[in-house]
Amino acid sequence: MARYIVRRILLGLIVLLGVITITFTITRVIPSNPAAKWVGPRATPEQIKAAEEELGLNDPLPVQFFNYIKDLSKGDFGRSLRTHQPVKDELIAFVPPTLELVLLAFVLAVLIGIPLGIYSAKKKDKALDHISRLFSIGSVSLPTFWVALIFQLIFYRVLGIFPLGGRVSTETTIFYDLPNITGLLIFDSLITGNWAVLKDALWHIVLPCITIALYPIGLVARMTRSALLEVLNEDYITAAKSYGLPEKIVLWKYALKNTLGATATVLALSLGYTLVNTFLVETIFSWPGLGSYVATSVVTLDYPSIMGVTIFSTANYIVLNLIADIIIATDPRIRL
Amino acid sequence: MEKVSAMDALKPRIKEFKYSLYLLNRNLLTRVAFITVIALFLIALLAPIISPYPEHIKDEANVTQKLLPPSSKHFFGTDELGRDIFSRVLYGTRVSLTSAVLSVGLALLVGVPLGAIAGTAGGVVDEVIMRITDIFLSFPPLLLSIAMVALLEPSLGNAMIAIALSWWPWYTRLVRGQAVSVKERKFVQAAETIGTSKWKIVFKHILPNTISPVIVQASMDMGGVILTIASLSFLGLGAQAPTPEWGLLISTSRNYFPDAWWYSIFPGLAIFITVLVFNLLGDGFREILDPKTRKN
Repeated sequence: MARYIVRRILLGLIVLLGVITITFTITRVIPSNPAAKWVGPRATPEQIKAAEEELGLNDPLPVQFFNYIKDLSKGDFGRSLRTHQPVKDELIAFVPPTLELVLLAFVLAVLIGIPLGIYSAKKKDKALDHISRLFSIGSVSLPTFWVALIFQLIFYRVLGIFPLGGRVSTETTIFYDLPNITGLLIFDSLITGNWAVLKDALWHIVLPCITIALYPIGLVARMTRSALLEVLNEDYITAAKSYGLPEKIVLWKYALKNTLGATATVLALSLGYTLVNTFLVETIFSWPGLGSYVATSVVTLDYPSIMGVTIFSTANYIVLNLIADIIIATDPRIRL
Repeated sequence: MEKVSAMDALKPRIKEFKYSLYLLNRNLLTRVAFITVIALFLIALLAPIISPYPEHIKDEANVTQKLLPPSSKHFFGTDELGRDIFSRVLYGTRVSLTSAVLSVGLALLVGVPLGAIAGTAGGVVDEVIMRITDIFLSFPPLLLSIAMVALLEPSLGNAMIAIALSWWPWYTRLVRGQAVSVKERKFVQAAETIGTSKWKIVFKHILPNTISPVIVQASMDMGGVILTIASLSFLGLGAQAPTPEWGLLISTSRNYFPDAWWYSIFPGLAIFITVLVFNLLGDGFREILDPKTRKN
């Protein structure tokens, strides 16, 4: 068991190194003249030369690669070509809003997806079961960026109950000091007891959050359904039923427990897709997170930022996969 | 030795195929999806004939007709240049289906031979190829494509290349698994015994026998690839104006949103329906091909 975990962690590190190599290769193979971007549009050839020297672009590629890895290991992602700020600081500023969205979407996925899956399993092959199947395939087929627009149309334009975008209203930023402890605005305003900011922040997060949650909700519902159907056929459930235990206790106490591992795994694995969906949705709701950051970096070909986001997101994805694998491995029914 | 004609040898396979078709047809949802997919390919093929304003797929402008709501003359309304959105959405079917088929084809071209080689060769070659696929698969979906096209020049062609480059490892994994089992079959061992070269064994004997699950998988991937192309175009990283690509249409429509709601709604519906029917079909395929669910 311990050996397996160590092996998985080592493999994860190798994969991460591979990811960095691929990202590095892509950015260096493509001719985009970073030095010219660094110094701006009206630079003299001398300034460009100096910038090339400063950015280390004259070193041989293996040396550049080695330096990049060395910096990365210290948490240094280089400087943005656009803002000249360290990419690390920008990530620290832009990650929390995205994290807030993803976390809340996952909470929704669990709160809605699991009951939906249970209900669907109980009513197997009835109308609701079919609707749930259609919903889960539908939620994977929806272009998220389009759903975001439809939500804006319905809830902002027609009904006028939710704001068009942003994290808080302009008035709130003027009248209140926004608490900033963890960068997760909802959490921060909750612990500082800043109710006005909390209310405004919650009001703003509803639409983007539901848009992003659609996919994990469908996935969790489907996984819970199939895992539960499998478990309900087990002998121990029949035994529990034949002892005359109430159905509720059998379902919630005995059956459901054994489906949670599968659900947690599928949730962890859906993070990659959810994260990229978040990127698309953020630009529509003007949400100041990683997605908006990537969008501006893409337009300006700011490759240190693009690399930073790519490596950061992938590293997280790898770690979550690792956790999912370890959850599976701790299941006593699986022998490794 | 008893002589077996080609027809006789194929008989059990044909019977299985017919049974598959029967199963496919039995599920209502799958049947509807199947028919819709065929209809979509027909629309793509016949776009110039069936669209009311085929000249509107280019830059042409009729400013007097701009941003009109849906009417009997323009079913889906018109855009900022007065072009018929219905015609552009119909043409978009052609753009999306072609680029999806090409992306998947390119991914197959890279992934399938590598998988066959890894599975047949085993040892170090296998280990190296499979670890490389692991690395590619550990990028969150779409992110690698975004990074790649962002740094290459954004265009539909580059988007297709980027998608293929992040998609091939799935096929490598699949083919490798197949190849490992096919390798043990008698006819491969026979070929080895009579001294057939390694490459010939891989490409002539092993590869053709791994291909059918790959084709099924590839058709199931169509939905996801179409969605990815639309997402890249939406970000400005795929098709460029005036190509009538669905994601690009939605992206442009945002400038006139929410007043010209029809401009955003219809291309999005087109993406949703197309991806949905491909996914439903894939789901149906999976069910009938899975031995666990096949027989009952």
